Amino acid sequence: MEHIRTPKVENVRLVDRISSKKAVLGTLYLTATHVIFVENAPDTRKETWILHSQISTIEKQATTATGCHLLIRCKNFQLLQLVIPQERDCHDVYISLIRLARPVKYEELYCFSFNPKLDKEERERGWTLIDLGEEYKRMGLPNDYWQLSDVNRDYRLCDSYPTELYVPRPATAHIIVGSSKFRSRRRFPALSYYYKENHASICRSSQPLSGFSARCLEDEQMLQAIRKANPGSDFIYVVDTRPKLNAMANRAAGKGYENEDNYSNIKFQFIGIENIHVMRNSLQKMLEVCELKSPSMSDFLWGLENSGWLRHIKAIMDAGIFIARAVAEEGASVLVHCSDGWDRTAQVCSVASLLLDPHYRTLKGFMVLIEKDWISFGHKFNHRYGNLDGDPKEISPVIDQFIECVWQLMGQFPCAFEFNERFLIHIQHHIYSCQFGNFLCNSQKERRELKIQERTYSLWAHLWKNRADYANPLFRADHSQAQGALRLPAAPCNFTYKFWSGMYNRFEKGLQPRQSVTDYLLAVKEESQQLEEELEALEERLEKIQRVQLDHSGVRSERREASKHPGFSTSDHSTANTPQDYSGNAKSFPSRSPSQGDEDSALILTQDNLKSSDPDLSANNSDQESGVEDLSCRSPSGGECAPSEDSGKDRDSDEAVFLTA
Amino acid sequence: MEFAELIKTPRVDNVVLHRPFYPAVEGTLCLTGHHLILSSRQDNTEELWLLHSNIDAIDKRFVGPLGTIIIKCKDFRIIQLDIPGMEECLNIASSIEALSTLDSITLMYPFFYRPLFEVIEDGWHSFLPEQEFELYSSATSEWRLSYVNKEFGVCPSYPPIVIVPKSIDDEALRKVATFRHGGRFPVLSYYHKKNGMVIMRSGQPLTGTNGRRCKEDEKLINATLRAGKRGYIIDTRSLNVAQQARAKGGGFEQEAHYPQWRRIHKSIERYHILQDSLIKLVEACNDQTHNMDRWLSKLESSNWLTHIKEILTTACLAAQCIDREGASILIHGTEGTDSTLQVTSLAQIILEPRSRTIRGFEALIEREWLQAGHPFQQRCAQSAYCNSKQKWESPVFLLFLDCVWQILRQFPCSFEFNENFLIMLFEHAYASQFGTFLGNNESERCKLKLQQKTMSLWSWVNRPSELSKFTNPLFEANNLVIWPSVAPQSLQLWEGIFLRWNRSSKYLDEAYEEMVNIIEYNKKLQAKVNILRRQLAELETEDGVQESP
Repeated sequence: MEHIRTPKVENVRLVDRISSKKAVLGTLYLTATHVIFVENAPDTRKETWILHSQISTIEKQATTATGCHLLIRCKNFQLLQLVIPQERDCHDVYISLIRLARPVKYEELYCFSFNPKLDKEERERGWTLIDLGEEYKRMGLPNDYWQLSDVNRDYRLCDSYPTELYVPRPATAHIIVGSSKFRSRRRFPALSYYYKENHASICRSSQPLSGFSARCLEDEQMLQAIRKANPGSDFIYVVDTRPKLNAMANRAAGKGYENEDNYSNIKFQFIGIENIHVMRNSLQKMLEVCELKSPSMSDFLWGLENSGWLRHIKAIMDAGIFIARAVAEEGASVLVHCSDGWDRTAQVCSVASLLLDPHYRTLKGFMVLIEKDWISFGHKFNHRYGNLDGDPKEISPVIDQFIECVWQLMGQFPCAFEFNERFLIHIQHHIYSCQFGNFLCNSQKERRELKIQERTYSLWAHLWKNRADYANPLFRADHSQAQGALRLPAAPCNFTYKFWSGMYNRFEKGLQPRQSVTDYLLAVKEESQQLEEELEALEERLEKIQRVQLDHSGVRSERREASKHPGFSTSDHSTANTPQDYSGNAKSFPSRSPSQGDEDSALILTQDNLKSSDPDLSANNSDQESGVEDLSCRSPSGGECAPSEDSGKDRDSDEAVFLTA
Repeated sequence: MEFAELIKTPRVDNVVLHRPFYPAVEGTLCLTGHHLILSSRQDNTEELWLLHSNIDAIDKRFVGPLGTIIIKCKDFRIIQLDIPGMEECLNIASSIEALSTLDSITLMYPFFYRPLFEVIEDGWHSFLPEQEFELYSSATSEWRLSYVNKEFGVCPSYPPIVIVPKSIDDEALRKVATFRHGGRFPVLSYYHKKNGMVIMRSGQPLTGTNGRRCKEDEKLINATLRAGKRGYIIDTRSLNVAQQARAKGGGFEQEAHYPQWRRIHKSIERYHILQDSLIKLVEACNDQTHNMDRWLSKLESSNWLTHIKEILTTACLAAQCIDREGASILIHGTEGTDSTLQVTSLAQIILEPRSRTIRGFEALIEREWLQAGHPFQQRCAQSAYCNSKQKWESPVFLLFLDCVWQILRQFPCSFEFNENFLIMLFEHAYASQFGTFLGNNESERCKLKLQQKTMSLWSWVNRPSELSKFTNPLFEANNLVIWPSVAPQSLQLWEGIFLRWNRSSKYLDEAYEEMVNIIEYNKKLQAKVNILRRQLAELETEDGVQESP
């Protein structure tokens, strides 16, 4: 609390990014964990909550006649523009937020104060929901070829690896130790995924310390052991996910890549995925495009191309596709690495696993996948997502890119995933929110030292509890797309990669489709389920009455009119739908009339009706909230739905602005 | 002329057909007057039936005695035929070239097509202007039907019956017609029942450089305004283009002469600029070799989505004037047959729930495109592969359909029809067995006696068996105005049209099927529950009757 210079500022205006005239007056509060903006409008008092850990940058802009402008960019791509009347207040808020957004100790993070009112037992059960031991068993391990190794007990060999690792049986402790000494940060080759259909596997490591000529017998034996663990193939692929130039440059520093001459029966392959710095800049450029005020189509497409973002996404996908093919079609095992083996390697291994194994396309399986390839293998969440104050050059959207790859796949295989887009968005949100302990620190070792499981809650349990919100209605476990590996065409198919406005513009509701097919179908399915139950009950009752009638005694029951298709009326589910600025010029209409009634404001089922299951996600700014009343509360069998408290909030002011001739 | 003269080789055996995503098919190629047919004479193998009029361009290649013809269709499909024998191949190619570019409309397939289905409702009479007017006349008495153009004498591109302000007589209309491009005097396009505001459309006023004016024109336009109200004239050309038009005798409404109106200029492209855009876009979509940056760059430089954005924005602006500002509008560009119609019809999609139903959308096409005189014959003569580059060829209608698709994508539950319906309309506008899209206006269609000699597309589409393919299972009547987003993030390439032949749609088709199943199952359950409820209710009433005495 000592960092809060001013806990409350009144008469602050929250500016709508799209049209600067649409601003709401309210009060700004700073708490130990959140920035909160409460609108003055007495009928709504709408609240916007921003977690300090979501704040990416704070920018103090030029002071104007109306006050001092403060721009807050969030890691979940929310953008908040505030106008504070007094320069001094603005400065105080600015200085406070700078500190609050950059905690120096883990204990300052929200997860240590977040209390969802669960008892100890429930919390502990939450942490056991995802069990990697079970996952390796599901893969069919241990078996004749692979065994659990205790070589990293107490993290004595590699402090960024987990303690429990699978390695090929012939790889003795001596070989592993030798190999680990020959690899960056001692990240020796270990199993990521085992494809039990043909014994092929995906292993991961860091780069070898080969320099220009160094070699290591144990490392060579290690790779040989991986090859022997797959009797179906006489070679393994070694995939270096870096651009060749980068890998060669590393040789000068005594690192590098495997020399095919030194390792028997390997096929070496570069797949050029750029490093974290290139990716950080690429995202930055793309977000600048997203932030443009009324861009032309050319501005947007040119900016998107120039950012290189989709090219990078495709490079990651291509690498995943290559590995999945090698495993499923060639039956060859693959060793994947980049430099340290915790960024690009994590992306590529998880994409390949997802393509190969339908289990990872289920809700729980996806959690397992993140737990396996990201959390347990020491992806540096703290550094990459800037949870604690640190080197800004370490920050990079590595897992964001993986999440986007999944979204791109969902577009191509609409029936293959058990979860929907909302699930991905919420996971992304919580990677940055620090509300749950799962993604804290840089390694399993650090998390254990901090006793995360005893002191914080698990996101997975939270998501699992609300799984109905995250379901993909088109998913059926017995559907052909939910079986086996997903096969992608070999052609380049650039056009299948699209800009994800549901993520990067997700707080700009006006840009999203106004009706969500997913939510509509979820509501239909929920209704069908209730109808099934009712049908059963009715049949029972009918039978009983017929029996009773024979006995000549009537049973009366309340009568209900058969309701015609009740649920999905479009009218009472309101999300403000006002016309946008269709002119691109800010001269206002001379004869501005007040809003003409509400009817057309009401629209249904917006995609970002971010479900109320998540306080931090739903209690966001006003635009966000108008759709919060979620579908599950629309009583499907009654059709009478209490008007949402929010309905009518953001409809207003037609922003009719025209180009004057 | 006999088709036989053009067909030197009617039949070739052992021809191999190659299509993306399908295995090659070997069979016999037959040419008829209107079709190219490839039949494998094996069971279960689909045959190829291609209308000559669907062929946009062909390429020939020879490797030894084996000839290859690459056929590029107006619906953007590209197929390849391997034909053994140099002479056969040349004959086939020259026949296709001749048959796909027949000059005379009366030789087109619709004049020969005999339907195998039973006509339930004759589509030629499904959408009569009188019926459309009925829909308005209950709400307003300020408008009337005028038969001034009965013989197409006043305006050759207008239908015989138009809706005009009641206070303006036919004599005045004749005078106004001389002041408007192509005789296209202002007529009613849409009446917004909610507030009585209207959309009118016309050709540009012929003010010329010396600022000619026409009292009757001013009177006609003002007659649509209520007392004290102002209106907006949306000129679909930029101010610059509109000013240049004066040199050629055209122009725009001077504010001094139309004091109650404010003019807004938007710039929607026309003619070959759109055609070039289409050619570039289709080329980009067909080029599978390039990398991501090149794809995005080609998509951008085609400008197709820029045109989409511009048209949609103008339509939204028009709708906003009507619904939000409570102001009537007049829309025109130069001729009033292209961008004008894009805007008036899209504004109605936004404003009028009925135009989002199948029937209503058909009526919209009939009213705002066919009867309003969009020159389909000229505009859709060629498509993306042809090099002829005639000024009048332009994908104006396709752009309109694309805009509708964009709105449909943003409001997936508010349309009674699905994407397939829009694709079907695109196909038939370019090549069809039906007479609906033949000719450039009603006058030409009358002369061709299309109603007597050809079948209407609507006669076929509106049969239950066809309709089921075009019905959107997600449709829930939405009686609201729908405001689409025109931000670049919200507009997408219409894959269903442009990538249709370049990708496998298997997984997307499966998803659609799954969606239909979910909804069908729900309906079935509902029906069952209702039956049981009724049974129960009856039983319980009987009980009540028995108990009451």
